[in-house]
Amino acid sequence: MTAIFKREFSAYFKNPIGWVFLAIFWLFCGWGLFILVSAGYNMISYVFSNMIIVLLIGIPVLTMRLMSEEIRMKTDQALLTAPVSLSGIVWGKFLAALALFGVGMAMTVVDFIILSSFASPQVSIFVGNLIGLALMGGAFIAIGLFISTMTQSQLAAAILSFAVILFFYMLDGFASYAPWGWAVDLLTSISFFSRYNEFTNGILDYGNIIFFASVIFIFNFLSVRVLERRRWS
Amino acid sequence: MIEIQGLTKRYGSKLAVDRISFSVGKGEIVGFLGPNGAGKSTTMNIITGYLSATEGRVVIDGHEILEEPTEAKKCIGYLPEQPPLYQDMTVWEYLNFIYELKKAKTASRTKHLETVCGMVKIGHVKDRLISNLSKGYKQRVGIAQALIGNPEVLILDEPTVGLDPNQIIEIRSLIKSLSRSHTVILSTHILSEVQSVCDRVIIINQGVIVADDTERNLSEKLSKDKRYTLRVKAPQTDALTALSRLERVDSVRPHGQKEEGVYEFLLQPKENQDIREDVFELLRERDWPMLEFKHNAMNLEDIFIRLTDPAVAQSISKANRKEEEQSASKEKRKSRRFFGPKEEKEEESK
Ligand SMILES: Nc1ncnc2c1ncn2[C@@H]1O[C@H](COP(=O)(O)OP(=O)(O)OP(=O)(O)O)[C@@H](O)[C@H]1O
Ligand SMILES: [Mg+2]
Repeated sequence: MTAIFKREFSAYFKNPIGWVFLAIFWLFCGWGLFILVSAGYNMISYVFSNMIIVLLIGIPVLTMRLMSEEIRMKTDQALLTAPVSLSGIVWGKFLAALALFGVGMAMTVVDFIILSSFASPQVSIFVGNLIGLALMGGAFIAIGLFISTMTQSQLAAAILSFAVILFFYMLDGFASYAPWGWAVDLLTSISFFSRYNEFTNGILDYGNIIFFASVIFIFNFLSVRVLERRRWS
Repeated sequence: MIEIQGLTKRYGSKLAVDRISFSVGKGEIVGFLGPNGAGKSTTMNIITGYLSATEGRVVIDGHEILEEPTEAKKCIGYLPEQPPLYQDMTVWEYLNFIYELKKAKTASRTKHLETVCGMVKIGHVKDRLISNLSKGYKQRVGIAQALIGNPEVLILDEPTVGLDPNQIIEIRSLIKSLSRSHTVILSTHILSEVQSVCDRVIIINQGVIVADDTERNLSEKLSKDKRYTLRVKAPQTDALTALSRLERVDSVRPHGQKEEGVYEFLLQPKENQDIREDVFELLRERDWPMLEFKHNAMNLEDIFIRLTDPAVAQSISKANRKEEEQSASKEKRKSRRFFGPKEEKEEESK
């Protein structure tokens, strides 16, 4: 798993992909900071609650080639015939993408430090935001990775991941229009963003943490299943 | 070392590999020969655990590939048909990655990787990006990758494809030298490769093994109809009758006039009989000058062409199926006996 993690993480910096992702991420952090500073607000959550755009564009870029490229170039033959388990492969790739996401998130620390120099720091809110973003990012990465295991086309993987994240983004909108009470409950219960918003308000709810962690585990498990099934096809 | 039983692979409705069974002992080099689409790569992918068989078992050094995949895969070095190379890495980075991926255990990593690079002569390109290498060098990196960690079993799918003639010879002798401590299965279309490298040939066609033997035995078995070509200066009809009267000759076929007054005949001896002296004596008696007399032994190419006739594969597949049915019906009979005669009557009344 460590070999795959290391390869995948360093591959991000050899392709434009990693840099594109970081550019989007950091541009966004800088822009958020600029607005906050020019308006004179000390609200780090503002930066985080608008991260959705980064996820929408950035995550598909991050995950599209993870498995698709391996399948297309047949390099998966090296991975699948090596003494590594399928879950080792999936988790190695997942953690590599999450690590790059973490590198992107490091810029928010810069934002936080700069903001703190203007006003009293809100450490707990900031930490809540970090955890929330990492969890939601992880959940979307797991979903993107899962989609990437299903196709050998990077473009298809990217577009599909984009659509899925967009779907989750709009889920709250759907929920408010849903005519039946149970539908509203269902949609809000799987809504990523209402849970994420609780994090940005500095609320650390175990239910939310468990929710995102389960999404990560479930989709990584599904990715393993897809790889397993490919062998039998 | 490698034990394969009843391997079958279906892609949807397409039967790619059909009940293949064979085993390879330690230190053997087996050549896997067959026309395009015969199922060589599919079989190799199953042996190495990349694909799962629809039916059948693969045991590597006592480890079943599906039950103990990690243990089994640790003993295997695999060069797939298309070398699994990451274009964005340098050769050295790539080999390091594979070393870690395989969890190889050698005294010194750098030393081991350098030895492997030396074996396939890629030391001077090790800092180049793989995407910039020529096809032959990519193939060599692929071979290097299979050798990392000194696996006991090497599965090489067309290892010399894309190499220049010098390199082909070197890689062949490398494979031969490895055989002392390794078990090798290599697939190829090149017949001379099998002849120069392998102890044993497995010929496969349409997913069925049509032959599994040493090259020598194969050609002997197949040339049961060992024929001789005789070219003699004599009247055709006389020669024909005289030759066919020879005791040990099974049949004679005229092959036409080759020069003025010179005729050619195809002689087929009776099984396990040597006709050479008889023919010589006859011609001396009659005073017919012998201009040519040669044995038409089959070479590997003839064997290959003969055995990869689709009809051969079909008949073997049919025979396999019949055998299976017979053993199945035997089982049925057994169980019937077990359950007593009542069921039998029922079946009869139907
Ligand atoms: N993924 C797949 N889906 C469907 N059919 C397949 C698949 N892979 C291989 N086949 C079929 O299985 C058969 C065996 O293919 P395989 O690649 O094993 O042949 P091969 O002996 O390696 O041929 P070659 O000498 O061309 O490499 C072929 O008829 C091929 O069309
Ligand atoms: Mg092949």
